[in-house]
Amino acid sequence: MSGIPHDHYEPKTGIEKWVHSRLPIVGLIYDTIMIPTPKNLNWWWIWGIVLAFCLVLQIITGIVLAMHYTPHVDLAFASVEHIMRDVNGGYMLRYIHANGASLFFFAVYIHIFRGLYYGSYKAPREITWIVGMIIYLCMMGTAFMGYVLPWGQMSFWGATVITGLFGAIPGIGPSIQAWLLGGPAVDNATLNRFFSLHYLLPFVIAALVIVHIWAFHTTGNNNPTGVDVRKTSKAEAEKDTLPFWPYFVIKDLFALAVILMIFAAVVGFMPNFLGHPDNYTEANPLVTPVHIVPEWYFLPFYAILRAFTSDVWAVMFVHWITFGIVDAKFFGVLAMFGAIIVMALAPWLDTSKMRSGSYRPMFKWWFWLLAIDFVVLMWVGAMPTDGIYPYISLIGATYWFVYFLIILPLLGLIEKPTAMPATIEDDFNHHYGIKQTPAE
Amino acid sequence: MKNFLISAISALSIGAAGLVAAPALAAEGGSHVENVAFSFEGPFGTYDQQQLRRGFQVYREVCSACHGLKYVAYRTLADADGLGMNPAWVRAYAAEHTVIDKETGEERPAKETDHFPTVTGEGMGPDLSMMAKARAGFHGPYGLGINQFLKGMGGPEYIYSVLTGYNGEEKEEAGSYFYGNHTFAGGWIAMPPPLSDELIEYEDGTPATVHQMAEDASAFLMWSAEPKLMARKRWGFVAVLLLLVLSSLLYLTNKKLWAPHKGKHVDL
Repeated sequence: MSGIPHDHYEPKTGIEKWVHSRLPIVGLIYDTIMIPTPKNLNWWWIWGIVLAFCLVLQIITGIVLAMHYTPHVDLAFASVEHIMRDVNGGYMLRYIHANGASLFFFAVYIHIFRGLYYGSYKAPREITWIVGMIIYLCMMGTAFMGYVLPWGQMSFWGATVITGLFGAIPGIGPSIQAWLLGGPAVDNATLNRFFSLHYLLPFVIAALVIVHIWAFHTTGNNNPTGVDVRKTSKAEAEKDTLPFWPYFVIKDLFALAVILMIFAAVVGFMPNFLGHPDNYTEANPLVTPVHIVPEWYFLPFYAILRAFTSDVWAVMFVHWITFGIVDAKFFGVLAMFGAIIVMALAPWLDTSKMRSGSYRPMFKWWFWLLAIDFVVLMWVGAMPTDGIYPYISLIGATYWFVYFLIILPLLGLIEKPTAMPATIEDDFNHHYGIKQTPAE
Repeated sequence: MKNFLISAISALSIGAAGLVAAPALAAEGGSHVENVAFSFEGPFGTYDQQQLRRGFQVYREVCSACHGLKYVAYRTLADADGLGMNPAWVRAYAAEHTVIDKETGEERPAKETDHFPTVTGEGMGPDLSMMAKARAGFHGPYGLGINQFLKGMGGPEYIYSVLTGYNGEEKEEAGSYFYGNHTFAGGWIAMPPPLSDELIEYEDGTPATVHQMAEDASAFLMWSAEPKLMARKRWGFVAVLLLLVLSSLLYLTNKKLWAPHKGKHVDL
């Protein structure tokens, strides 16, 4: 699959040849797991495995939970309690599934920021990046609908607020909202379709993950230097790479075990830490919670949604030039989706020829500022909308767009990159203080 | 190693932001919540069976007049990880209540497999099954909630604080009475002070002060909200220990595997 020269699967015995000439599946698996991988990958490259694990974990626990769950407004909340109290090991299944979503997003954010720092989105990996962004959007949809299923107060009111965003689209908005909800308000029809889609989307994600892996197996992995693997001969490629199995599988599994140890401690000892207490109260359309907050992983984008209020001059200006079609609410919705779109467009917004941020002296600062900005937005997204918080949201949201739309295009033109190693082998040997290629 | 450290620190900081975000909001609403050192807090914390039984007695003799426990089945009173009541006693206790049979539609004495009553109607309070998890976690400075790992989610503390938080004031509004309470949101609660010293006589002889009863009832309600707490923590220990062993073995495997390529020699 990959353009890097390496040994391919050769069927040896009669039965292997028989199968291979009919369905070359063993060869496909062999080539996939033996892919030559840059040997200088650092610890930032372990999150892909964590994400794959999370998807499998969520699908398995989710399928078993669905066996005991009832998607009906009168029964859903009680059926979750039934899982917690009566189903064998049900309390662990549910806590693992709920916290598993948090681990999933935690991992995807690090994975995305790793890509942003090391320029993994740049040519020739644009499609890998775009597919990744689509996976991320599907994850958000899945997690949002999954959070509605326990039918607690925050489930109900979160669903009301988020579907209300679509209602803000001028003209067709209310129709779209009613179509999403299956009626004028969040009700049984909403719960049923969210359950159905919550079950469907993970399999869409699984298919997209295969495309994601296919894409970067075609281009080969990026690496911390951004230097390409030498591809002129197999002997040369082998100086830059090691096969994925066993070298990276074992390394990634080690990292996964450490992460799961922390995960097990969270699930075992404080499983409700990341959840909202209000969701232990059954949904009540007549009682609005004091604060409606999304799950922590949505907070940065929720902050961007709320940042652009009607007193911001940019909002007033857009309101004026669109003859009032784009009001503050719709502006906020556009900003929230726009924040993800500008990130998806990074391959074309970044004009720098240098792939890795390690050799970009100015870029580094702006990148880390973006990472801090993301954390600040996450924090401010949970804060009330008075006092100093709206200003922090506005500054944070503005920087997000400035980074992608102004800084990335400009930096490539004015920045002078520092010297990068000639080959991956040089980088690896330098890192480990190896003078010459050791005998193997 | 440097990269690993940066990676780990960044991971933790994103995590911390997430942690900040969730409980920070939860902390709002109630104003004053007092800390209580419950036996079931922290990774090693377990339920105090005697306390749960006392708390159940408070519920039986006081709270149950106005509050149901509709998610709790009578049979769970016999769980060894909880109250550990005698199954015969549980059967007899259940039979003191009546339920509408789902199949016949007729009233009959409750069996141990039935649930506690659902209490609704004029002047009745909310169901208490989940109250200890449905109320704010307040632990930690500025709502950081970092202490939740060691001090629990704070729901039982909230219940304790409401029960002991009456300031003696009373007011009438549109025919309803409200009682001053420095924990309940808004400062006024419709529930009259339910506890007074020596209100009940504990079966185990513990002096029944308001604070004692409030603490016991809160502990019992934590159990009713999270009956599998102890089993969950045991699972946590087994999982963490097994993963510790697994990650140690994988660390050594990884080290040995890579050593020749990193120009090192490792004896294992």
